[in-house]
Amino acid sequence: MQIRPILASLRKHRIPATLIVLEIALACAVLCNAVFMIGQRLADIHWPNAIDEQGISVVTVNGTDAKLAASDIPRDLAALRGIAGVTAVAAATSMPLDQNPALSSFTTTPDGNTTVNTSVYFIGSGGEQALGLRLLEGRFFNADEYADSGFKDFASTGHVMLITQSDARRLWPGQSALGKTLYTNEQAWTVVGVVADVLAQDPKMSGPGGRYSSAFFPLRPDGAMGDYVLRSAPQDRVRVLREALQVLGRLESDGVVQGATYAGMRDAYFADTRSMAWMLLLVCMVMLAVTAFGIVGLTSFWVGQRRRQIGIRRAVGATRGHILQYFQTENFLLGTAGVALGMVLAFGINLYLMQRYEMARMPWYYLPVSAVALWVLGQLAVLGPALRASNVPPVVATRSV
Amino acid sequence: MFGYYLDLALRSLKRNKVLTALMVLAIAVGIGASMTTLTVMHVLSGDPLPGRSGTLFFPQVDPNPYTDGPSLPYDMMDYRSALDLWSAHRADRQALIAHGQLKLTAPQVSLPPLMAQVLSTTSDFFPMFDVPFRYGRGWSAQDDANRARVAVISSDLNDKLFHGADSVGRTIRLKDSDVRIVGVLGAWRPSPQFYDVAGGRFADGQTGDFYGRPEDVFMPLNSSSDIDPAGFNFFTCWSMPKSDANLQTSPCVWVTLWVQLDSAAKVRDYRQFVAGYATQQKALGRFARADNTQLRSLMGWLDFNHVVPSDVRLQMWLAFAFLLICLFNTVGLLLAKFLSRAGEIGVRRALGASRAAVLAQCLFEAGLIGLLGGGGGLLLTLLGLWLVRRQPVAYADLVHLDAAMFLLTFALAIATSLLAGLLPALRASRMALGLQLKIT
Repeated sequence: MQIRPILASLRKHRIPATLIVLEIALACAVLCNAVFMIGQRLADIHWPNAIDEQGISVVTVNGTDAKLAASDIPRDLAALRGIAGVTAVAAATSMPLDQNPALSSFTTTPDGNTTVNTSVYFIGSGGEQALGLRLLEGRFFNADEYADSGFKDFASTGHVMLITQSDARRLWPGQSALGKTLYTNEQAWTVVGVVADVLAQDPKMSGPGGRYSSAFFPLRPDGAMGDYVLRSAPQDRVRVLREALQVLGRLESDGVVQGATYAGMRDAYFADTRSMAWMLLLVCMVMLAVTAFGIVGLTSFWVGQRRRQIGIRRAVGATRGHILQYFQTENFLLGTAGVALGMVLAFGINLYLMQRYEMARMPWYYLPVSAVALWVLGQLAVLGPALRASNVPPVVATRSV
Repeated sequence: MFGYYLDLALRSLKRNKVLTALMVLAIAVGIGASMTTLTVMHVLSGDPLPGRSGTLFFPQVDPNPYTDGPSLPYDMMDYRSALDLWSAHRADRQALIAHGQLKLTAPQVSLPPLMAQVLSTTSDFFPMFDVPFRYGRGWSAQDDANRARVAVISSDLNDKLFHGADSVGRTIRLKDSDVRIVGVLGAWRPSPQFYDVAGGRFADGQTGDFYGRPEDVFMPLNSSSDIDPAGFNFFTCWSMPKSDANLQTSPCVWVTLWVQLDSAAKVRDYRQFVAGYATQQKALGRFARADNTQLRSLMGWLDFNHVVPSDVRLQMWLAFAFLLICLFNTVGLLLAKFLSRAGEIGVRRALGASRAAVLAQCLFEAGLIGLLGGGGGLLLTLLGLWLVRRQPVAYADLVHLDAAMFLLTFALAIATSLLAGLLPALRASRMALGLQLKIT
């Protein structure tokens, strides 16, 4: 391929060539970062959560008299258990992703210091089945531990707790967490079980360290328990939820009863993340389109300008393929220059975003992938004008334009 | 002259329709994207109380009895500090604010009970924040002192319960207490909901909720404490509160104080007053740190809390990078267009047109493209804003194009196109005369 004449010709069209290079560079830089942000947001949306998300429905009761809870909760649970298709049901104080954070910080020594805020869940009898917690080590709570454990000064009066795998690793790296003690405000609990990672009540606010920092305590019926967790087969959940709302609406006619499937709660929690990802995707698409149009426009102009030159080349024996190749190589060179500049720019923008917006570092493979994408885009954009150029008949050379 | 340029520009635009369409489209898309995000920024970063915000201040003290507490004061105050500062009446106007939820029912209204967001405050809240009323008015200082069972409700709640009728004098039931409605708010949608802003620095840029709607029920702090003493939201606690203890003496922060100070001298005095209070409390052994006080202005407080969500800022920068791409694009296309008319320009120059005239004509053409692009950009902006309004964010209903932004759309479009046209126009006007005539 003859690169030298192409370079010579580009030197004559310095400004348009520079513009195409800049356009590609900027597109590359923005594209890399935008795609990276989309990827991060999609990863957020898919944060795993070791409860039975597809089978759970949650009904919340608010505004009832807390003193009646001791008698109301067993009655309500019995009624909910009677709904066809319900495999487990329990009362709880809060749910992962319910944006109602009850946070506490635990330490491994009585006088320790921690900066991680742990989401605290109090679950009633059968809570582990209702949530579908996955036990990795140790055991769940015994019946007497539920019966013993009350709720005083916003902390469990029991002596046992379950923690997540992430917390177990963070607090006792390389050791088993079973039997160890966690402290907060001069109170202590023994870890009796380690469960697979359950998301925090508001993980977006908890940062990477607190995302899976969750602790579970047993609790006998208590006024603080506003959530009823119902588990069923996924295909039954909508009907189960509807019937549960009717049942509780009747039993708790004094309260405010609301409910949602857990899948719906999760969707609601990530709704804005999802819409931002779509917005970024839209920007990427339109940006690529604008860049492509720019390349088409300028190349078309070049082809028009060089009709005579192309005709001469055709007359002295260049094939259509040669002409096509000429424009494609030219575009490839411009694309390469643009991508090279764009990578530097993309990296710079990423560094800036890391400082200003606490973004993560962009993995290196975003750069080659976006480079290939822009090369392909450039080749596709140039194809039309280049084909038109290759169709210039040799006879043009003999005419004056 | 103007008509001639216009005629030439129109002819030129018509000659290569595809190229013209590409340029107009590029400008329109760039303007549409940047004006959409700029409008959102404009709506979100504006002054929620123009003309008044400069006189409103947010005092903060550090009630933490431990010296190793956070280095900045908490975003809210404990009840005692807030009440002490409020009771001193050192400001022109002042309001305590606390939040909670209460079950709400309305007698003779057949609606299921609902959980109402309750803002507990004091009588100055309404005049101080210039709150509009549809019916009735706020309560008096006497009502605060008498722990009167009165409430002001939002117009949304009034619509829901009473179908928008004048409900002043009617009763709603909050938890187990009857409360008389004394006022119904008019259309009030501060952006952001500045009096509720707190904790922004912990939100990691996810601050969209600061743009929510005002609460459903406003009532005297004393009255709501009577109705449900435990029904308030904490901001945080410096040690574990006793669940049976009185909230007013708990080691928690949950009340804020806003003060109105009408002159710089009063601001200075108030700053000293707050510092003096903290020193006095330290002497009493209640505070550990007397120097940890702040008196931020309303706008300063919003700034400190990074109220504009980081996603919105990010979108704006993206859109401007986008506009830059569109600009490069337009420069390239205009260059192609002007230079391809070398012959025509040569003839005009030969017939006596000055370089300035050629330059002016090229820029005129660029401006015309900008105007067309601006029109397209306006449509795309309206489309973009419509999309933003459909987003699941608290500020969705706030986002509208105002007159200033409407004009800015065209100004930005024409400025962009002129900027894009400048280089090509200069090149066109500098072309060597003889050369062009020869090849024609």
